[in-house]
Amino acid sequence: MIERIIIMTLVTGGVYALLAIGFSLIFGNARVINLAHTGFFMVAAYGLWYFMRQLGIDAVWAILITVPSVTLLGILAYRYLINPIREHHAAVLLMTIALAMAFQELMKWIFSSLYWAVPALIPGFTEILGVRVTNQHLLTLGIVAVVIVVVWLLLTKTKLGIALRATAQDAEVANLMGISVPRTLMITMGIATALAAIAAVAVAPIWTIYPGMWTPPLVMIMVIVVLGGLGSIKGAIIGAFIIALVEVSVATLMPSYAYLKVVFAILAMVIVLSLRPGGLFGVMFEEERL
Amino acid sequence: MLRRLLNNFRWSVLPVPGRVIAIIFFVALFIFPLFTDRTYYLYILTISNLLVIFAVSWDLLSGYSGQVNFGHALFFGVSAYSVALLSKYLGWQPWATIPIGTLIATGVGVLTCFPALRLRGPYLSLLTMAFPLMLMGLVMAFKDFTGGEFGIPGLPDLAGSKVGEYYICLVVMTISVLIMWKLTDAGSKYVRTGLIFHAIREDEIAARASGINTINYKILAFVIGGFFAGLAGALYAHILGSVSISSLSMVMSFRAIIYVVFGGIVSIYGAVVGVYTLHTLMQFLGVGGTTFIGKHQVLIMAIIVILILLFMPEGVAVWIRDKLERECPRCKLHNAAWRKECRACSANLR
Repeated sequence: MIERIIIMTLVTGGVYALLAIGFSLIFGNARVINLAHTGFFMVAAYGLWYFMRQLGIDAVWAILITVPSVTLLGILAYRYLINPIREHHAAVLLMTIALAMAFQELMKWIFSSLYWAVPALIPGFTEILGVRVTNQHLLTLGIVAVVIVVVWLLLTKTKLGIALRATAQDAEVANLMGISVPRTLMITMGIATALAAIAAVAVAPIWTIYPGMWTPPLVMIMVIVVLGGLGSIKGAIIGAFIIALVEVSVATLMPSYAYLKVVFAILAMVIVLSLRPGGLFGVMFEEERL
Repeated sequence: MLRRLLNNFRWSVLPVPGRVIAIIFFVALFIFPLFTDRTYYLYILTISNLLVIFAVSWDLLSGYSGQVNFGHALFFGVSAYSVALLSKYLGWQPWATIPIGTLIATGVGVLTCFPALRLRGPYLSLLTMAFPLMLMGLVMAFKDFTGGEFGIPGLPDLAGSKVGEYYICLVVMTISVLIMWKLTDAGSKYVRTGLIFHAIREDEIAARASGINTINYKILAFVIGGFFAGLAGALYAHILGSVSISSLSMVMSFRAIIYVVFGGIVSIYGAVVGVYTLHTLMQFLGVGGTTFIGKHQVLIMAIIVILILLFMPEGVAVWIRDKLERECPRCKLHNAAWRKECRACSANLR
């Protein structure tokens, strides 16, 4: 039981962490709450399914087509839809939710509202500590671990990462230091969407694919990001594993009340927020910039 | 009294095109059942009127006082579910369940304040978004009591006929919109709330420094918002005859936001325009999902919203009003756009 909870927590938490890092990055840099974030995740999952099951392309090629094209879609959406209205806070929220709904309806139109599944990229089981784990879960775990480490290195060690963090701290001063803020924001959006697409690739064989698949993870990553502190990468990762632990324990320990997992996750968030109104690792922004 | 009303009508309604349109619109709604008795049209308009109350209450809470609430469906759904539970388990009639449902929603509005008052900006929005989802989890978890995903069917009707229901909802909508319009009127001589809500939204610290107890007024905003959203939810449950989980969903919360932002945020008429364009018009054109528009309603709505945000971020109603009316630079009265001089102080408008 405990071993199962641990492994499932690592897998679910890893996927949530990938999504939450992207969400947090784009909020921290551009002050945009991107509710379409999991919309891109859904489009990528559909893309993978379409290329693999409908066109019969090899998995590696399907991934190599899906991830860059979804990233491009994200950058274009940012450039032409979100950037022009970035100053209006409520308008951005509405724009992104409308975008996500448009994606959902397009997928429903093209692929109907049935449930689909992608076959496991590596079939079979492995035995760890006496628990049978599918190789797909291990692969997901591996992808997630590698990507999180890569993002962490990118943000801390490279010049681009420094530019990203400088923009997040103070866009005006970053601009004065010779960093092109609009370009940095576009790169941020690209990284965030690419992370969502990679999360979709990692998780598509485990979860079912349907047009409404973007809402449950969206709720969860919002809980995570608020719990960890908006705009904080560390907070997003730690929050993801906390929420995943809550969710997996509820689903495993009381399977008949699996719907309560959202309730418990939100309860965890409310408790954290009432103790620390800025989240666990909240980044303090100046008032007028929120 | 009557003469004063007539004078008001002659001198401050007729010269302003926006007000004339509003009055024509309401008169048209009141005489609508004389022209058609197709229950389908009456039903759509009844639902639209309830959505107007819902959207305007969101505008009051989030647009005027600036507490951007992403879970407005909480009040709507709580009220709808309490109405349904009361009439299912206790067998109560609509005249008893609707006031109680509304009061429960108001109480929930007060309860939401406790976590909500500590938070600001995006944190508040995301926290409030979580509440209805939490309740939805509870409804799904206790299926035996709440009916789970199938909801609770078989509620008693509001009135005997469709026309009766139409008029009840229309009257309730008109009165609620008038009350909320007066409450948020910043220029009013009798009610201070409008001015204070504006002050809290623009600069809360400055408002507090001016001696306004902002906490009380924020609670008041939540109470008013909860009350009217609850009223809409209670009536909605009886009109539909059933309650389903969708009344608590995220889509329901976002419907209010979409209507308001489409029409124009921080303007009561914007919400009305939003509902009547995006909901009513789409339903009329959609004809129950048989035409192209009916099949892809949500997609079309999403695309319209995206285009509106890009090209008129102020909202359609505000955009049209700015084309029709012009504010006098000296006395701040609204004038028709084609006048050369202000109608009161004859200042030059060009």
